[in-house]
Amino acid sequence: MIDQLQALGFTGMNKLAALGRSLIMLFHSICAVPNPRVGIPLLVKQLHFVGVLSLIIIVVSGLFIGMVLSLQGYTILVDYGSEQAVGQMVALSLVRELSPVVAGLLFAGRAGSALTAEIGLMKATEQLSSMEMIGVDPLRRIVAPRFWAGFISLPLLTMIFSVVGVWGALLVGVDWLGIYEGSFWANMQAAVDFRTDVLNGIIKAIVFGFIVTWIAVFQGYDCIPTSEGISQATTKTVVYSSLAILGMDFLLTALMFGDL
Amino acid sequence: MRMRTIELGVGAFILAGFLALMVLMINVSGLSLSSNDEGYKIYARFENIGGLTVRSKVTISGVAVGKVTDISIDPDAIKALVEMEIEPKYDYLTLDSSASILTAGLLGEKYIGITVGADEEMMAEGDEIEDTQSALVLEELIGKFLFNKVSE
Amino acid sequence: MDSLDDYIIEIKGMSFSRGDRPIFDDISLRIPKGKITAIMGPSGTGKTTLLKLIGGQIRPDSGCIQVEGLDIPRLSRSELFEVRARMGMLFQSGALFSDLSVFENVAFPLRVHTQLPEDMVRDLVFMKLQSVGLRGAVDLMPSELSGGMARRVALARAIALDPDILMYDEPFTGQDPIAMGVLVKLIKALNKTLGHTSIVVSHDIQETLSIADYIYLVADGHVVAQGTTQQLLGETSPQVKQFMQGLPDGPVPFHFPAPDYLRDMLGGDGA
Repeated sequence: MIDQLQALGFTGMNKLAALGRSLIMLFHSICAVPNPRVGIPLLVKQLHFVGVLSLIIIVVSGLFIGMVLSLQGYTILVDYGSEQAVGQMVALSLVRELSPVVAGLLFAGRAGSALTAEIGLMKATEQLSSMEMIGVDPLRRIVAPRFWAGFISLPLLTMIFSVVGVWGALLVGVDWLGIYEGSFWANMQAAVDFRTDVLNGIIKAIVFGFIVTWIAVFQGYDCIPTSEGISQATTKTVVYSSLAILGMDFLLTALMFGDL
Repeated sequence: MRMRTIELGVGAFILAGFLALMVLMINVSGLSLSSNDEGYKIYARFENIGGLTVRSKVTISGVAVGKVTDISIDPDAIKALVEMEIEPKYDYLTLDSSASILTAGLLGEKYIGITVGADEEMMAEGDEIEDTQSALVLEELIGKFLFNKVSE
Repeated sequence: MDSLDDYIIEIKGMSFSRGDRPIFDDISLRIPKGKITAIMGPSGTGKTTLLKLIGGQIRPDSGCIQVEGLDIPRLSRSELFEVRARMGMLFQSGALFSDLSVFENVAFPLRVHTQLPEDMVRDLVFMKLQSVGLRGAVDLMPSELSGGMARRVALARAIALDPDILMYDEPFTGQDPIAMGVLVKLIKALNKTLGHTSIVVSHDIQETLSIADYIYLVADGHVVAQGTTQQLLGETSPQVKQFMQGLPDGPVPFHFPAPDYLRDMLGGDGA
């Protein structure tokens, strides 16, 4: 019994120490004035790796989610004669909740794990060490561009997700199920408020982007430099990011839409 | 050359993101690009506001002319005090206009419908609509029905 | 042993532990200038850690590490940056940057520490690659190189700035005989032509003895023996003898500590 308590305390201390290390890493990575000549090409490359290559999964998922929402919404609302509300229902669900959360989860799974694996592999093959020996701080050259790229990419991906989702809803609702296109858009535009709904969704995406990228980059940087260590680190990235997204989503929703 | 395709890809990605933002602004949320002139505020007191909320529509003949900006209790008359903001271009609300709380659709939200009267003077900032009709509350309706039935 | 050569690296009374485990305990070493010094010892004695301490990547718990007169652990960031331009390190796996081409890898230290124009950088990269025999591989990516070739490119990168000190971390481990021969030749030739100090950390007796001018044998956190090749081969202490001759049993025992053999066998058969 005492042993288990001790083990629990030990684990807790370890996690706290890891949190501290991650904060130190974050501070060293981003609180430095970057050299634009070197920094911008690195950032562009990472934006490609993290953002552009995630586009496919985001667009396809967004499309399908929009289509499914529209279909389900129609089946339920048509019994009340309110099927014109499908547009506003889909748009609100997407913009407020589904886009930031689903895009965030997909991002964590695809880009987050890729970042962790890449940095972890660099650590395991001593590339980070050799970079340090040559006199270049790997936190600034390797970690920082990836961090900014993730932070910028996720909001963009979220907005694309919303738009593609609405388009999918349009395809199913108007073209297939025969909802009147005029009322589809009109109801949507009346119900969706830019400041409260769209902007809040984007704020969520910015917060999620920050958290997911931070976790991904830290797990890679801090991992045990063996193949087993890297695989553990990638798993941790996906799990922690997902939990963090869902937890922060609740907090942000309560702050923005509830009356916290 | 590989760098060039990467740069193009990233540029297109960021452009797509901003286009999405534009679409969200205009098509999805119907953000009007016209300037947000401050409307004028008028008040109305109701016995029962039903499910009326802040941001509910205010209409004349079904056309949206403003929105509800605040709901509170008037401590003197113990009634609900509703504050509405009307767009400045709708300046023909006569002093004797009436306001009712109506329902949109079967499940629908509550909104305020204003019927313009025949007075010569128009409403201005801070005026109050005297003639109001509260929302239909189902229990009262049933009560009335039963009462009528009993008295038959 | 104490020749008139001056010492470019002096480590005095240095101690370093990782967690609870002491890795170095009051160790003292002197690396002579311009020669090839080998640091050898059984696996896990922290030889790579020693190189990292010299390079300033980690700080010792106590003691001083002086490189060209500068006390490494006490240098500021910018001073350390300057010193690192004069040190080159070849890691065990080469550690080439996987997202850069061979050219970009070798050019990396040049771009970081100098403001040389592009055509000069290009010339230098080609010269360094030529000296390791890989000028033809200049446009390949590290993933397209064999292990031995990757190490040679990493060597070209390590000498890009003509450092005063070159450190080799287990250069011979896991190499086929040809690659081994190439590396031995390169280490020796570079040391002779460029006149820098080489530190080779290894546990390959044969190869290391063939090129080392001076050898330190490190075990249990301090220096167990030191001297030239002849001196060490003539050493009679059992620890040194076991290591130098590769004897399977001696001061480093063959059997991992275990309970009595007979008891284990009988116990397994049941009552």
